[in-house]
Amino acid sequence: MTSHKRPSRRRVLAGAAAAAATTTLAMPAIVRAQGKGPLKVGVLLPRSGFEAGIGQDCQRGVDIAAPILKSLGLPALSIINGDTESNVDTAREHAEKLIEDGAQLLVGAFDSGQTTAIAQVAEQKGIPLVINIASAPQITEQGYKFVVRNFPTVSMLLNDELSEQKELFALVGDEPKTAVFMHVNDLFGTGMSKGIHAMMPKYDLPYKILEEISYDPAARDLSVEVTKAKAANAEIMLVVGRLNDAMLITRELVKQRWTPKAILSMGPGWYENQYTKTLGKLSDGPMSLVPWYDPNKKLSKTLEAAFAKAYPDYNLNTNHVFTFEALLVAADAYKRAGSTDPKALAAALHATDITDNVTIGPGIKFDANGQNTGVRCGVVQNRGGKQVTVVPKEAANAKPEWPMKPYQSRA
Amino acid sequence: MTFDVYLNVVVAGILTGLVYGLMALGLSVIFGVVRIVNFAHGEMMSIAMYLAVVLFSSFGLDPLVMLVPIAAVMFAFGYVLQAGLINPFITRPEHSQFLLVVALAIIIVNALLIVFGPDARTVQTSYAYDSFQLGPVLVDASKAYAGGAAIAFAAALFAFFRYSRVGTAIRACADNYTGALVIGLNVKRLYALTFALGMACVGAAGCMMTLIVDVTPIIGPAYTLLAFVIVITGGLGSMAGALFGGILIGLTEALAGLIFTPSAKSMFAFAILVLVLLFRPQGLLGQRLS
Repeated sequence: MTSHKRPSRRRVLAGAAAAAATTTLAMPAIVRAQGKGPLKVGVLLPRSGFEAGIGQDCQRGVDIAAPILKSLGLPALSIINGDTESNVDTAREHAEKLIEDGAQLLVGAFDSGQTTAIAQVAEQKGIPLVINIASAPQITEQGYKFVVRNFPTVSMLLNDELSEQKELFALVGDEPKTAVFMHVNDLFGTGMSKGIHAMMPKYDLPYKILEEISYDPAARDLSVEVTKAKAANAEIMLVVGRLNDAMLITRELVKQRWTPKAILSMGPGWYENQYTKTLGKLSDGPMSLVPWYDPNKKLSKTLEAAFAKAYPDYNLNTNHVFTFEALLVAADAYKRAGSTDPKALAAALHATDITDNVTIGPGIKFDANGQNTGVRCGVVQNRGGKQVTVVPKEAANAKPEWPMKPYQSRA
Repeated sequence: MTFDVYLNVVVAGILTGLVYGLMALGLSVIFGVVRIVNFAHGEMMSIAMYLAVVLFSSFGLDPLVMLVPIAAVMFAFGYVLQAGLINPFITRPEHSQFLLVVALAIIIVNALLIVFGPDARTVQTSYAYDSFQLGPVLVDASKAYAGGAAIAFAAALFAFFRYSRVGTAIRACADNYTGALVIGLNVKRLYALTFALGMACVGAAGCMMTLIVDVTPIIGPAYTLLAFVIVITGGLGSMAGALFGGILIGLTEALAGLIFTPSAKSMFAFAILVLVLLFRPQGLLGQRLS
């Protein structure tokens, strides 16, 4: 009799295990179904490794987001940080870990390779991913249901960068006849080089490329490269590179006493804070043809003010605005979905239609593949240690300074 | 391309090569005597580079002025490191030594990352953007000063090993370890002193390097590799070889970048290394070990 009344140890353990299993299995459903608490957003960025500087710069866009999103009447986000360590495999592992830790939506991850790996995990696990920065076209050509991207693809970038050059030349009333093209010899640089050569005839650009100089992105010294570029005696310099080489090239231009009529950069580096901070007056003049923010938009002014208050030594740039907008997209979708259910979130993401945004273009709206096809590049020029937008006309807040002021005449 | 362009590139290549040579000199000195292959060489140089950057940004002290004090600090660091940590590994198998210095390298990179963050830091001296016009040649002032300082420092080191009693004793240790013990030399102390001298070279090279390149915590491994390419080309253990190897690699990279494509300039440096390993494995100025 007593044996019926007293539960055996085995039964207690089995019961406890069953209860634990029920709780564990039921929990995600409960958590996912409710939409009252903040949305748990896993933000994956290269916070260490060779892209650490850019990853940490993107984080600044995350850090200033909360009060702005609140002022827009959007729900709160609970941010869980993840580090891709600038490595594709680590990006994949950390995406899985963030999802295990309860992330209900992912944001990231600056680098195309790392973002591709995260997108695969997101799709496999059925957790939405909002891409902040990554331009490899294939990410949004896979038919993924849980992935959206608010950043131009390589072909969109090239189309804008070449068409806006013509707009720029028309604006300054000068058509350069010759150019020297310097670019990094990695995937990004060579890809851009092939794209530029393939698309140049379509845009009927006025200049001829006299010399193309590719170099190692980890180069310690670019004196030979600049000597070679100078010897080409071209009117303008086209560059596709990053921060390290942008600084090396500028220093060599000064030392070798050569100022081209214009430096047109189609990539990062030349507008970055460290470039302007380190080089001071020597950083003025180069123009970057990059996805940028529209300084005339209302939300841009709010973001600029918040950013200046939080980071007085930095200028707002691509890294900040696109990371901020990824969170804006996430919060907006969460508000409309009214739920943390991944399918409801994904459906809300695809139905996004934000016109009160920051970046150049009509707003944020995704096509069937999850790509925002409206996001545009701008031409921004370094002036007085800051960036002004000179093209396109609707986003411009200054006239271009053309030609560049000679380096030797700067005090 | 005109002759002037070649002349400019040759001068720039030689000046850069001189600084490379001084950096590699430290590695060669340490291996030549202590027989430890320092895989943390570039990382140790990055410590000196950060010292130079901090002294410049905090007190406005020019790296060229701080060359001797920083070399002295690195000398002390090297002495303590060798006597306290590396010396017990001298008689252990090579893989233990390898793991020790690689661990040191990883610790240095990550400690620098924690302390200074990932951003590149630079020294903006008043002559940072100056260049001298010598006929058709434009000489980068920073490189010229760095190259000159490299020659002066290397000459002082050569003189020390050749003419001082301690230098002679260190050379005796390198030539015949047992013999040095037999005649009563304090080999442990001399080893620590040699390692310290190697570190002083690294300190001086790091100071000069800040005039030419920006420093980041992850800069070390690339310079470790470069130092190995230089000393193996010049002759591991040969001081003159290290300096010669530096100039050769600097010049090769510069000319290959100009004549062929800049992308391939490192390839040419490695091609020289392969050729040396094939046809003169002891290095261009090294001695064949029996």
